[in-house]
Amino acid sequence: MSYLTLSLTLIFVLIPIILSKTLNLGLEKDTIIATVRSIIQLLAVGYILQYVFDAEHFIYLSLMILLMIAAATQNARRKGASIRGITWKLIVTFIFVEVLTQGILLGLGIIPPTPQFIIPISGMVIGNSMVLGILFLNRFTAEVEDHQDETELILTLGGTPKQAIHRQLINSIKASTIPTIESQKTIGLVQLPGMMSGQIIAGADPVQAVQFQLLILFILLTTAVVTSIMLGFLSYPTLFNERMQFLKFESK
Amino acid sequence: MNVAIEFKDVNYTADGLHILKNITGVFPEGRITTLVGPSGAGKSTLFKLCNGLRSSSSGEILIKGKKIDEYDPVNLRRNVGIALQSATMTKGTVLENLELPLTLQGERIDKDYAKELLHDVGLSEEFMERNAKDLSGGQRQKLSIARTLVNKPKILLLDEITSSLDRVSQHDIEELIEKVNKKYGTTMIWITHNLEQAINIGQYTWVMMQGELIESGDSSLLNSPKDERVQQFVKGELG
Repeated sequence: MSYLTLSLTLIFVLIPIILSKTLNLGLEKDTIIATVRSIIQLLAVGYILQYVFDAEHFIYLSLMILLMIAAATQNARRKGASIRGITWKLIVTFIFVEVLTQGILLGLGIIPPTPQFIIPISGMVIGNSMVLGILFLNRFTAEVEDHQDETELILTLGGTPKQAIHRQLINSIKASTIPTIESQKTIGLVQLPGMMSGQIIAGADPVQAVQFQLLILFILLTTAVVTSIMLGFLSYPTLFNERMQFLKFESK
Repeated sequence: MNVAIEFKDVNYTADGLHILKNITGVFPEGRITTLVGPSGAGKSTLFKLCNGLRSSSSGEILIKGKKIDEYDPVNLRRNVGIALQSATMTKGTVLENLELPLTLQGERIDKDYAKELLHDVGLSEEFMERNAKDLSGGQRQKLSIARTLVNKPKILLLDEITSSLDRVSQHDIEELIEKVNKKYGTTMIWITHNLEQAINIGQYTWVMMQGELIESGDSSLLNSPKDERVQQFVKGELG
């Protein structure tokens, strides 16, 4: 695709801006910022990836992944601001999910150990983990705040902090992972996934594109469930002190 | 007089507010103590300190002669039960709520024992399969008391449990409190706004105001209080 052709795709940015302006939706500024950021970020990543692929050096590969984890943490931590030490909990979760998935993929020889495979898959894993982290933290802080009476009741009856927060934890894990599971049920019927569509447009064999897409879908399933559970079990103890007292909680 | 709970110069501060001020006093073992005082006196906070839901900022609380911090929090809360004014119910049936203290220990309640407990608080067994969240305020309060009794606590803290009940139900609960106290020798500490209840049912009384323990002693002190503020409170001149 030439840059001239690419520039024509900006029509798809103009449409929402015109509609927003006409209907007074106030979305013009955010749309423009989002467009400019996506152009700069993606072009930068394109050039960086080209450099990393050519260099084929472990350090560059690690730096790329660390950069992804840092950006994902920065984005997700605001949703869990009321949970003490959320930044480290997110970093540990993202690293664990990345090591787990890449460990299985590389360990079993499912993908070759090259940056061309590791970086895009890491991007999808960490990106999905970030979205799941945000969904989980959003729901968890609301559940904890809305059910403080129930938490305290269970403590008064001689329950442990884990028992006192169990229902809220399970509800939040379920609520955050349901979208991933549900969207996989209709995949291929309603929507063709972005990565698969991209490969097909680029001329790849559709069956091979589907195989890779399935690989990604299964990884995302693990990512979703592991992220929510891990964040949940890392977060709930900070709501209590060593005397098993529920600390005052206000979502921020 | 054996002592169930002893407060030694206890203070509690939260969010910059001095809620309990230099509390020194005892709750006698095996007796019914009523805790009276205007709203905002710190009575409910005092309960949370006794149950280990909060820790004092300074001073010492002794439960049966042993410092409260030396108890395992879970065991402490099973032995010092508390029925809160809010009578919070969890999702599920009346039976599920009733057996919650046992579920938390991985056990189930015996159906006959469940019926007996419900009967004791004035709820028929037909309630067992009802959704607990559909109960009226009074019914919830009764269930909350029955639920607290499941752990067979040595000390029972009751926070305004009859305030939302009609006269007949109030009488049932008063009888229940006396029955549990006599049958099991349970130490009962009962926050009430009803001074008549405090005098008739209570054997010992604490009068609290603005975070301070003003007077304590035999319940008859409410008939002839020494402190001027308590006199005003008894006359209904203070909230």
